[in-house]
Amino acid sequence: MRELFDDIDRWRGEGRRVALARVVDILGSGPREPGAAMAVNDVGEVAGSVSGGCVEGAVVTEALGLLQGERGPGIVTFGYSDDEAFAVGLTCGGTIRLFLEPLDW
Amino acid sequence: MYDTLRDRLRQQLPTSLVTVVDGPMPGRKLLVTPDEVLGGLGDPDLDRIAARDALAELEAGRSGIRHYGPQGQTTPEDLLDAPTLTVFVESWAPPPQMWIFGAVDFTAALSRVGKVLGYRVIVCDAREVFATRRRFPAADEVVVSWPSALFDQRGAQLGSRDAVCILTHDPKFDVPAIQGALATRVGYIGVMGSRTTHERRTARLRDVGVTDDELDRLMSPIGLDLGARTPEETAISICAEIIARRTGRPATPLRVAHGPIHG
Repeated sequence: MRELFDDIDRWRGEGRRVALARVVDILGSGPREPGAAMAVNDVGEVAGSVSGGCVEGAVVTEALGLLQGERGPGIVTFGYSDDEAFAVGLTCGGTIRLFLEPLDW
Repeated sequence: MYDTLRDRLRQQLPTSLVTVVDGPMPGRKLLVTPDEVLGGLGDPDLDRIAARDALAELEAGRSGIRHYGPQGQTTPEDLLDAPTLTVFVESWAPPPQMWIFGAVDFTAALSRVGKVLGYRVIVCDAREVFATRRRFPAADEVVVSWPSALFDQRGAQLGSRDAVCILTHDPKFDVPAIQGALATRVGYIGVMGSRTTHERRTARLRDVGVTDDELDRLMSPIGLDLGARTPEETAISICAEIIARRTGRPATPLRVAHGPIHG
């Protein structure tokens, strides 16, 4: 999270809206620990990462959907061991749960 | 709340953020510090219990998921009939400390690698001409002092996440530094020296009353057997050992090991 502050502050200073995705849970093999975080602004600029590059693209799509009001805050799951998982998986075979929310607090 | 969080983390102050990730109001937050609690999860009892748990997690430097009932119920029986709330407790503890004794070339390399791993690095040597900031620019602090004085002043700060690396290989410094480290709760104590130095040192430590259990806490000679030669390679071998000790892994190559890589 700490590494995102400079970008987030700049974006907010420019009047951009920002979504925050944080790893909250990992099942099995996962590249990043809980707390790994990524921020996405409403024009699709990105800071930070939540995996080894496997799911970041899909997180941007979800984050933009959130900022456009197409979905609410909540858990997003990636990994093919989960029935409800998104098509995008982690190459290491684990499952990663992110919490996606608007940074409006 | 974001501004408070950002300012506290930039100052490396201990802070915990509790976020409802699943439940009626996802996104509700409680910011918990040793001094105050900001925000709310929607129920005063829930806030009180979540704040208590968050402080315990913060103390251990852990982050993870917890489940509560709407009024903070935690026992499985209480949760049977109540809708549960899932929260993510994220802890930002101050960085772990690495104390390095001996102002030598290995120390300069180890302080650099220690910084890469996120340690607050303190270099200590009693010799004023060697213990200078210029020689150890990566260190957060260079202290000119006898080891025992530093342990007397600040040894109580050390805990399981911290490391003490004794690179002096001079008995005048080694023995008091080892005794000082053994009197703390520090998680890792490594001591540099050849096998011969190690044998002699062990004998000296026994002479001053160090017990077998205490000797068992010492990683001596320090480091994993990587065949490291340069100060930089040696620093990697020491840091790799610190990581393996913390995780309880045997530090064998993954290709000869079995089981999951993470966790």
